[in-house]
Amino acid sequence: MIPAVYGESWTLKELMVLPNEFIYWSIQIVMYPFMTGLVAGSFILSSLYHLFGIKALKGVSRFALVFSLALLPAANLPPLLFLQSPERAHYIFITPHFTSAIAAFGLVVLLYAALVAAELWFIYRPYFVESEKALRAIPGLGLAGRLRRVLFGWLTLGARDIGEEALRLDARVVKILAAVGIPVACFLHGYAGFIFGAVKANAVWMTPLMPIIFIVSAVVSGIAFCILCYAGAMELRKLFLRRQFARRHPHACSLAEHRLAGIEEVEVRVASRYLAVFLLVALVLELLDVVFRGYTAMKSWDLLRQVVYGRDFFEIFVLQHGVGRLLPLLLLLLPGRTVKRTMAAAALVLVGVFMMRWNVVIGGQSVSLSAAGFMAYDLPVAPRDISAFKEGVAGALLVLGAPFVLFWMLNKIFPVFIVERAERAIKT
Amino acid sequence: MNRRTFLKDAIVVITGAALPAAALEWLDPRQVLAENPQIRWAFLVDTHKCAGCGFCVKACKAENDIPYEASVTRTWIERYVVTQSGELLADSPQGGRDGFTSGSIDLPGGTRVSEEEIIRGFFVPKLCNHCASPPCVQVCPVGATYATPQGVVLVDRQWCIGCGYCIMGCPYGARFFHPVHKSVDKCTLCTHRLTRGDASACVEACPFGARQVGNLHDPNDPVTRAVVSERIGVLRDSYGSRPRVYYLGLSKEVH
Repeated sequence: MIPAVYGESWTLKELMVLPNEFIYWSIQIVMYPFMTGLVAGSFILSSLYHLFGIKALKGVSRFALVFSLALLPAANLPPLLFLQSPERAHYIFITPHFTSAIAAFGLVVLLYAALVAAELWFIYRPYFVESEKALRAIPGLGLAGRLRRVLFGWLTLGARDIGEEALRLDARVVKILAAVGIPVACFLHGYAGFIFGAVKANAVWMTPLMPIIFIVSAVVSGIAFCILCYAGAMELRKLFLRRQFARRHPHACSLAEHRLAGIEEVEVRVASRYLAVFLLVALVLELLDVVFRGYTAMKSWDLLRQVVYGRDFFEIFVLQHGVGRLLPLLLLLLPGRTVKRTMAAAALVLVGVFMMRWNVVIGGQSVSLSAAGFMAYDLPVAPRDISAFKEGVAGALLVLGAPFVLFWMLNKIFPVFIVERAERAIKT
Repeated sequence: MNRRTFLKDAIVVITGAALPAAALEWLDPRQVLAENPQIRWAFLVDTHKCAGCGFCVKACKAENDIPYEASVTRTWIERYVVTQSGELLADSPQGGRDGFTSGSIDLPGGTRVSEEEIIRGFFVPKLCNHCASPPCVQVCPVGATYATPQGVVLVDRQWCIGCGYCIMGCPYGARFFHPVHKSVDKCTLCTHRLTRGDASACVEACPFGARQVGNLHDPNDPVTRAVVSERIGVLRDSYGSRPRVYYLGLSKEVH
């Protein structure tokens, strides 16, 4: 039996392509910057409230911060699914080779995780203290309740002072962490852009604009993702409230539901303004890259032109710029915007950002080093074998689904919505 | 002795003592040897002599345990045909392993070019360029790929994590994932043969003497003489990787 050559099953070669050339970086390397972008972007959205005090974003900012932590482990899944020897992944910490753009990535991710976790702890500390106190007050607590009490006790890390002075200090620390976090988040994703932008062997990737393009598109994707998920979660909460209320009062309207709708409307409106601004910047930067390459028309443009205007025209101009940039921009800017329309725009933005990653990673590899041939990527749909599972639709869906499971788990410790009630309880 | 003289003399003595101590610290014998090794391997390809027989590809696969049927290969031959209309056709089916026995170019539809139409036709053998500034070594995140003091770029199969960044970083398409070992693989210049005094397998297998391996630090080596005195070219010079595979008779169509 002929041993399978990596990449051969999903690479379609056209004209003169070198024998060792394949689409080596597949769907997981598309997912990797996509997920890292969501991490960085959602953190930056959360910082808008904590650092700049944009009060209208309070709810969505907490939501974004918890989601950022949930997304972080998921963002590390794609490289693990892609590595040929994942069991050696830790070598990157043992013998980091710092001339490589990937070498310090683990360290940056760890630093970032520590930052997000610290910020969350300072935000949720009063909640932990209150919850532990409340659970302690309940007589005859069951095993689950006792476990929760111990967990919350541990989570306070012994810092149980929730006096006014202590809370003010917490708020100041959160502000500092958010301020430090913004450059770290930009670095995290700019770094991902640098991984591609610094590959001199690849004409599509090699541009100093790449880290900047990556940072802006990360912010865009993070805000869009948080708007979509936050509004989605609020819609579900409203639905539950409506059902609950209708059972008791079939002919009346729920005040609580109206209150939620009000909060949702304000938060989504403010967040969508930021989304529109960053979306415009992203569009300008990405088009600037293409225009600049076309105008300077270096030797590599001969081939790039064929990719940009020919082979990948649909993916680049229709899906990435049209459906993923211009259409949502119109949806956001046209008068009479509703929450549902914003959600639709956010979903389209995510499609656009995903397509941008796809066009960079897959499109970037489609030009042969021979300068006389092309390669196309045939994404494995059915998980026929382990490789087709890991680097196919199934693997990508696994990576996409993971943060939601993690968010659900994290929400048990850092409740995104219940905390409003806890905060009110503390105040009274 | 007054204070002024004492201080003056003390400075002279301390400086004098510090200098040899610093020199001892700087002169690490291994470093000196690495910077001035007696051997610096280089490879010379005479494209005029290559007939595209594919013996080099076969020999390389057999010598270096690269599955024969697998399409990946440490060395390969490219065929170039320039027609009267100025069209350039190129192919490298199976890396030229089976020789270019057919007049038909291996492109969709099996492009057949009649002999009258051909203005120029030639073969270009390729392999890892064992660059003096290897981009692949620069981008490896764990240091699994490295350049030896003798100028050979190697991969530590036991340490490679298989991220493929070096494959992306190589401007020559010389790297691939080994189908069996699942780590990155590439030409080693047959270092195992060179260290015991033999030539690389492809050099030995070439019936036309189109491939030679030699020591750039030996002025009498035929490769060194050719590199110094002939009009030679290298591939993709603009990438700044300073390749050490030199070509005689390189054509502008070849990248």
